[in-house]
Parts: sequence; C-alpha cells; structure tokens
Amino acid sequence: MCLAIPARVAELQENDTAMVELGGVRKQISLALVDGVSVGDYVIVHVGYALNRLDPDEAAKTLALFAEIGEGIAPEFLTPSASSE
Amino acid sequence: MKYIDEFRDGQLAQKLAADIRREARSDRAYGLMEFCGGHTHAIFRYGVQGLLPDNINMIHGPGCPVCVLPIGRVDSAIELAYRPNVILCTYGDMLRVPGSNRVSLLKAKAGGADVRMIYSSADALKIAQENPDKQVVFFAIGFETTTPPTAVAILQAATMDLANFSVFSNHVLTPAAISAIMGSGEARVDGVVGPAHVSTVIGSRPYELFAEQYHMPVVIAGFEPLDVMQAILMLVRQLNEGRAEVENEFSRAVTRDGNLKAQAMVAEVFELRKTFEWRGLGWVPDSGLQIREKYVAYDAEKRFELPYQSVADHPACECSAIIRGVKKPLDCKVFGTVCTPDNPIGSCMVSSEGACAAYYTYGRYKESR
Ligand code: SF4
Repeated sequence: MCLAIPARVAELQENDTAMVELGGVRKQISLALVDGVSVGDYVIVHVGYALNRLDPDEAAKTLALFAEIGEGIAPEFLTPSASSE
Repeated sequence: MKYIDEFRDGQLAQKLAADIRREARSDRAYGLMEFCGGHTHAIFRYGVQGLLPDNINMIHGPGCPVCVLPIGRVDSAIELAYRPNVILCTYGDMLRVPGSNRVSLLKAKAGGADVRMIYSSADALKIAQENPDKQVVFFAIGFETTTPPTAVAILQAATMDLANFSVFSNHVLTPAAISAIMGSGEARVDGVVGPAHVSTVIGSRPYELFAEQYHMPVVIAGFEPLDVMQAILMLVRQLNEGRAEVENEFSRAVTRDGNLKAQAMVAEVFELRKTFEWRGLGWVPDSGLQIREKYVAYDAEKRFELPYQSVADHPACECSAIIRGVKKPLDCKVFGTVCTPDNPIGSCMVSSEGACAAYYTYGRYKESR
C-alpha cells in the first residue's frame, strides 16, 4: 500500500486540491502537504495526497546515468546467463 | 507514462544487470535488504532477482505496513467496528488481514459491522460529515507516507469542529524498524535499499545514523525496476570499496531534509509512543505515533477506551521470521497450500507488498516443491 506514482498536475482547484492526470485518468488529489505547486508539475501521489514535487532535472540526471552504464562493455555481459567474472 | 516508463526500460535493465554481474565479486556474498514492500513488489514484478548473480541475495524487510501490524491491533479495530453506531474506515488491504481466529474486518462486515474501504483520509472525513448521527473512526496504519495525510485529516476535523470523527492511530516509524533489525543482528544484511516514498517525507538524513553506527551502506531508491537495479549496483560498489554511506538514487524526489511541511504537520498532531508492538519485531521503543493531548478529541483509543491485548500469531505462520529477514516464504509449511492470497493465514500474504503475496503472485509458488 505504499505504492505511489508520479502524476501531472492538470488543474489547480479550491481548498488546496488539484486535478492530476495519471496515464489518461483524471483524479482529484490534495495539495495540503506541498507548497507552490503549478500546473504542469509532476507530483508523487499517495493515498490521495501529493507527497512532494518531482524534480525534472534530477530525473534527467538519473536517466543519463543509466544510459552511460554499460557503454563499452563486452556483449557477453549483456546476456543474463553470463557469469560474474 | 512520463517518469514511469523511462525507468522500466528492458534494455537498460539488461545493461544494468551486466554491470552488476561484472562488478559483484564472485568471492563474496551480498545480502541486501530492501526495507520497503514497494521494492519487494518491484523486485518480483520485474523479475529483478533473476537478473542478479547468485551471490546477491535480496532479503525482504519489514516495510509493509499491513504486514507489521500485530494481531492485537487488528482485533481492536474489529471490536471497534462491532460497536453500535460506529462506522470504521480503512485502506483496502487492511480489510483482509486476519485477526484472532482468522476473523478479518471483511468478515466483520459480512457479520453486520459497518466497515468501509477508503482510498484517502479525506474520504473518512467526508463520511463523517455525511453521517452526523454515527461515530466515524479512521483505522489509520502506515509508515511516514500515510502519517501526514492522517495529520491533515485531524487538523481539518479540528477546523471543522467535527464531533463524530476520530482516528485509531497505528502509524509507525521506519528508522525505528531499521534500528530493530540492525540491532538484533539476526538477518545477514550487508547493505540496505532505502525506502522511496518514506524518504520523500523524512529525507535521507535519518539513515546517516545507520551508515555510521552499523557501518551499513544505504542507497535510497525509487520503486521502478531500474531504480532498484541502480541501487543494487551502488550498494555493490560501496561494499567492494569498504564504504558505508547514505547515497540517494531517488534524487528526483528525495532531498536530505525531506518534506518539511509534512513533517511539521505530523509533529503538530502526533507524538512518540514509548513503545509499540510490531508483528515480527515485538515491542519496539519509540517506534509508533499517538495523537497528542491537544487533539485528544480525535483519538479513538481514548474516546472508545480501547483495551489492548497482545495475541500470538497463528502457529504455522512464519510472517514474524519473514519480516525480520531470517526466513523466506517458501520456508513456511502452509505457503501456497493452506495460505493463499484469497484465504490468507498471515499478513504477509495479504498486501501485494508482502513477501508471501509477492512470491505467490509472481510464480515462486510453482518452483516451491
Ligand atoms: S505463507 Fe501465509 S502462513 Fe506462511 S508465513 Fe506467509 S502469510 Fe504466514
């Protein structure tokens, strides 16, 4: 039950709530726990509340890190059956 | 979906797996505990263990809120639900957890108790507003991710002066549970995959103590499969180099200080309990939260004078040992036979983040015997 997902804020609404989009589904959530959210921001939503905002620059950095990994390694390491040495 | 699919790319997973295989030393073993049920779920759903070399062993930790709640607390909730005029609201998974004599909230509901499944603490408030002649109790469970929403509900109830709303708080603290695991030394843990969403709230700072005190590397990781694999690689590197640091793979959502606004709301409403009982870990000091005196009007334990009684787990159930990281679901004699997700004996078979449910759902059942 700790699963929570990033969702895009589509619309700010009254009483500290917002409409978010989750893969085409719209859902109302509470923004009571985070300040300064704007439309277009991604927030991590859990049990109907945004827990915080997602940092797009940091996300890009992490993805770049994944992409770097494995560059220049021998192809035999890319098959799951390859041994560790 | 953005920020989800990119972190599930199969080819990158293969690359990461190759890197892990290349860097993991064959002359040693790596016991890595994923503390969070969210990671347990990801590891099984995406077959992460299958991509790892044999000497990297993922140990499933106690970070599933449904799994760690002891039977006595479930019993209290059931007893409360049966009281006249009470509507008991809780999150979905909690409904199926067996209490004493395998009675669950779902069975209590079938027996006439007014039990409602909610998605959010805000739903409980709404039910209270719509039913002024009933007492609406929110059976609140969970770690640092669900506590702030509970705090918001109590603060809103106070603002609205809602007289028929209260909370049965079973909120627990992650660092206390990690401490209990480390302190017992029972499980062979070399490194910890640190919680994702819990850390968005509390930040990475609380883990620094573990890195120092137990010389334990911690890498906070997101819940997508690439996040988990990257964290494993980072832990392998730390262990190979003899380092024990807190590293943050989930920097897109976690900072060192976390969400200060959420922390302030929790501190306003809650205070530490001297001790709290956990399934598997027993009584752990300073590990649970109770509602402060200031908000006592919203404390269901006080309002209904709820008694508490410890109850032993079902004798066949190994949940306790699984939560402590010393046994695996397949070590349980009734796994997959008497105990299944449709008819769980223990809590670990209920939530999809429980180790038994994950084993069962993602096919380990077939390999079992
Ligand atoms: S299989 Fe069922 S009875 Fe066995 S440890 Fe898991 S939850 Fe408990």
